[in-house]
Amino acid sequence: MNFEWSWTLTWEIMPRLLWATANTLLAAGAGYAIALVGGLIFALAQRAALGPVRWAVREFVEFIRSTPLVLQIFFVFYVAPQFGMQLSPWTSGLLAIGLHYSAYLSEVYRGGLEAVPRGQWEACRAINMSARDTYFRIIIPQALVPAVPGMGNYLVGILKDTPMLSVIGVMELMHAANSIGSEHYRYLEPFTLVGLIFFLISLPTAGLIKLLERRLRLGLGL
Amino acid sequence: MPIWEFLQRYSSVVMHGTWVTCLQFLLAALVAVSIALVIGIGKLSANPLIRGACVVYIELFRGTSLLVQLYWIFFVLPLFGITLPNFTAGFISVGLNYGAYGAELVRGAIQAVPRGQWEAATALSMSPFARMRRIILPQAIAIMLPPWGNLLIELLKGTALVSLISVTDLMFQAKQINASTYLSAQAFGTALIIYYLFARGLITPSMRWAEHAVARRLGRS
Repeated sequence: MNFEWSWTLTWEIMPRLLWATANTLLAAGAGYAIALVGGLIFALAQRAALGPVRWAVREFVEFIRSTPLVLQIFFVFYVAPQFGMQLSPWTSGLLAIGLHYSAYLSEVYRGGLEAVPRGQWEACRAINMSARDTYFRIIIPQALVPAVPGMGNYLVGILKDTPMLSVIGVMELMHAANSIGSEHYRYLEPFTLVGLIFFLISLPTAGLIKLLERRLRLGLGL
Repeated sequence: MPIWEFLQRYSSVVMHGTWVTCLQFLLAALVAVSIALVIGIGKLSANPLIRGACVVYIELFRGTSLLVQLYWIFFVLPLFGITLPNFTAGFISVGLNYGAYGAELVRGAIQAVPRGQWEAATALSMSPFARMRRIILPQAIAIMLPPWGNLLIELLKGTALVSLISVTDLMFQAKQINASTYLSAQAFGTALIIYYLFARGLITPSMRWAEHAVARRLGRS
């Protein structure tokens, strides 16, 4: 083995890596979609009228946030079948990563919800709006604005955590690089290329989010 | 198998794993804090070369994924003549990665120290080094401690990945027990709970305590 970069190997493995990149993006996108909805549910449940519900959800969120994602992925993948649910690697992986980021996004939403001025709630009550309308037409749209930067950060975060799905055999970038490495007995090219691909995706994404944030602020006259 | 029987049979393995996770956490935290201080202060340097190098470091480590960096350091670095045993490669990768996140906390905290403090130290003709060490950093530390509490929990979670290069940490042992007994719920559940207790029972209270200690030293409590 030597450390000379082989361009032949690079071009040979590039199609496989790009195909795996599509899977990585798909996993990040689907996981994020789950997290967007799950986070909202967690955030709203923490405002529930019933004390024990509030407490239980709060503890659950804390638990998810302070334990490793890779362990949660294993947990979902291996424990679900014991309860009679046969989940494919993709399903359990997306479920685990979606749940993990739901906990993070619920904190972002919570911050946003708390930032909505009290007067907005009072005004809704004064014009006799239903609770549903209050949330969906008045509060949530306003809560989303301060939540955008945090949501963007976690979009990049979820992308960078997708390699963990390789541990249960989801065919994403890291998994592809690993199998290429063991087939060719060369790890330099696949792992370096994976790093480069991640870098080339996450850096522009972070830049785009910053741009969007500035636009949003300008648009709202802040 | 009931959980107490499980714990009885596997407690020594689990304890050993927990101990390795503790060591990985402490060593990785040490690397991360050192890197964060150097890179965070370097990013504020007047020299554009140093500043550029620090920006590159931060973007490189934040832009790629921890797992990629771990595999790269463990599998690719040996090709360049640097062979690290898996234990060392583990905590160094985790430390280097979270150090990049920490550097931004350090930079932000230093910039948040009021301008007057810098000016007063300069007016007393302190050298830049003494100004940073005796005036700016102590106040910056008080500002950055709360976010560091969160980052250290992230770092603890990051150490679970070292099991993938066969460091025998808690995650690794849970996987082993699962592979040999199929007691998935017990094995992974126990590990989850230990990680949770480690984070909320040890890291969070220690950081709270450190915040109080620093505030007291600055005469703010």
